[in-house]
Amino acid sequence: MAPQSKNEHSQKVNQGLPDPGLINDLLEKSAGKKGSLIPILQGTQDVYGYLPANVLRVISDRTGYSVSTIYGVASFYSQFRFHPVGKYMVRVCHGTACHVQNANAIEQALQDELKIDDGCTTEDHLFTLETVACLGCCSLAPVMMIGEEAHGNLTPEAAVRIIRSIRRREGGAL
Amino acid sequence: MTPKKIILGMGSCGLAAGASKIWDRLNALRQSGTIDCNISATGCIGMCYMEPLLEVVDEKGSVIYGKVDETRLDEIIESHILKGEILAHYVVKSTFMPASEDSFFTSQKRIVLRNCGQIDPENIDEYIQRGGYEALKHIARENVPPDSIIDEVIASGMRGRGGGGFPSGMKWRITRNSDSPLKYLVCNADEGDPGAFMDRSIIESDPHSVIEGMIIAAYAIGASVGVIYCRAEYPLAVKRLKGAIAQAGERGFLGCDIVGINNFCFSLEVKEGAGAFVCGEETALIASVEGRRGMPRRKPPFPSESGLWDGPTSINNVETFTNVPWIILNGSKAFSSIGTSGSKGTKVFALTGKVRRGGLAEVPMGITINEIINGPGGGIREGHKFKAVQLGGPSGGCLPASLGDVAIDYESLTSTGAIMGSGGMVVMDETTCMVDVARFFLDFTCHESCGKCTFCRLGTKRMLEILERICEGNGSEGDIELLEDLAHEIISSSLCGLGQTAPNPVLTTIRYFRDEYEAHIKEKRCPTGVCTKLLTYSILPDRCTGCTICARECPVSAISGEKKKTHFIDVNLCTRCGTCFIKCPFKAIERK
Repeated sequence: MAPQSKNEHSQKVNQGLPDPGLINDLLEKSAGKKGSLIPILQGTQDVYGYLPANVLRVISDRTGYSVSTIYGVASFYSQFRFHPVGKYMVRVCHGTACHVQNANAIEQALQDELKIDDGCTTEDHLFTLETVACLGCCSLAPVMMIGEEAHGNLTPEAAVRIIRSIRRREGGAL
Repeated sequence: MTPKKIILGMGSCGLAAGASKIWDRLNALRQSGTIDCNISATGCIGMCYMEPLLEVVDEKGSVIYGKVDETRLDEIIESHILKGEILAHYVVKSTFMPASEDSFFTSQKRIVLRNCGQIDPENIDEYIQRGGYEALKHIARENVPPDSIIDEVIASGMRGRGGGGFPSGMKWRITRNSDSPLKYLVCNADEGDPGAFMDRSIIESDPHSVIEGMIIAAYAIGASVGVIYCRAEYPLAVKRLKGAIAQAGERGFLGCDIVGINNFCFSLEVKEGAGAFVCGEETALIASVEGRRGMPRRKPPFPSESGLWDGPTSINNVETFTNVPWIILNGSKAFSSIGTSGSKGTKVFALTGKVRRGGLAEVPMGITINEIINGPGGGIREGHKFKAVQLGGPSGGCLPASLGDVAIDYESLTSTGAIMGSGGMVVMDETTCMVDVARFFLDFTCHESCGKCTFCRLGTKRMLEILERICEGNGSEGDIELLEDLAHEIISSSLCGLGQTAPNPVLTTIRYFRDEYEAHIKEKRCPTGVCTKLLTYSILPDRCTGCTICARECPVSAISGEKKKTHFIDVNLCTRCGTCFIKCPFKAIERK
């Protein structure tokens, strides 16, 4: 599994404000295009891993949308985040099929293993845990996705094993 | 006998089951010279429960092996690929011999899924070889006028497959009749229902069928701009769509003067959704494509008259578009000969939950729920009993096993309180608590309500609170009636489909499983043991050996007892976490 390159910049974030220059190309490509606000926000999140406040202000200056309009749109959609995320995004599916196959137990095991709640990031910035409505892999329920790789037919033990193997690869302590 | 070709299932389901490892290993083996044959990828054939699937094609025909992990792959290579000896016990489907999963396909009729699992979705030539873009070329060759295409689709009787069931051709006619010079065509691939994955599989496995259907529709209604609104949670589907659009453009199926039809210009782009279930509603989807908050607006005007950028816009579902090329090539009569008087053609269902075979099945309209569950679904998992089936996701309803003989058609399903929906079919057995299922769906719709209509925004929240307290043992007399009252208010006072259907899971579970609600409320008991707050744990004296494990493991020290003597659980301290139940090596903890 390739680590999520899109979150590389989230590491730098802690040292200071993220550099808005990283989305210059994106803004230029979208200039004057109707209905481009959501793709701009998606592109921004791809670059930084989240939507940094100072970058949203730059988007506002360049597109003419007010900051409140941009925030209104960004906060409406569950895809957008306003805080940095870990290198690995762990998304636990809570779709119907997963729910009836006890997705809650998977979620609980992951929370215990990572020692974080839903929506939070581990202290070492390695993992962010998120519950999602449905990943569409229902026949393999219960399912979780790490980065863009889906893991199916999970048991709580198997989910923990997968997390530990990533930790080991990343050289972290168990 | 050297096999000509090895094909690996690389849809999301295959990948989730580990297909990428098999893919890497196959390629490594070819590079090292161990095997000498073509290796290619395909999408999802529907047998998701058997993934990863590996197909071996040689002069005799094809065999598909199921559940191919690395060990099994080595066996297949050793025996079939190198020696030509088929490993019959692993074969799930074959073109020339009986196989273990043949019954998965017997009651199916594949129109929409005609190419799924048969072609490499990233290779336009494989689509063309199977008759792809032939419908479009036929239209150009025979000079078929747009109105005749609309007539043909209306005659076929096809109704929208996204859930609404509005006749697709009628939508097209309204858009066509508009005078506006700029018309839009939108494909709704924002499959947000938890428990549904038909559209994802179709796009991942056969993106060109959707694109061809859209091009034909664009020609019929006179649209020049097309948008596919696809969930961002489906990265593989988005990638394959973009790739397929680029290929179609290179071959002249998109752009200007398409397939030689003068002045027929059509461009197509993919818009990724940003995670809002309400955007499955047409007007909310349009707001989202325009870059705004995805909130529905009042209708009329309907999008067919005034939609995207205020232009006439026809919005159809993925499955609907996929049917179109088939109807053009085979004729409306062939399509309308399948199904019932009011519901024509086939419907793809995503079969999941407690069935033996979870996957995608396409069946003719009119067959019964039982026929799907026992046919393609292979029946309920061993040792369990069919209790209920949930159709149509958060907008649909739960039907009890006693209604298993209800036919799959729009009217029959609506009369039960459920809906056809987009095709999610979650099967439940006796271990599923119906009150919990209702709470689960309300939790979903409450979270996904856009907030515009008060009754949807606050009503779903109040309903959820009532359901939560019932599940926690704090339900009181009158709660069921209160739920019903709120449900009817929400249905009648919400602007869009989300609110109008949100109470359906609650209403149907009350209608068919009222006794379960009453057990929770009056007896403070969850008959299935799912609602943990309602469980009581006790120790069976004749089994307890006094090993003290439970007492040591209990996180709240609710268990006491001397070594080698029977232990006791203090029900007042017990938080019902279930740790003792799991840890006891002698099965001495009873859970009721």
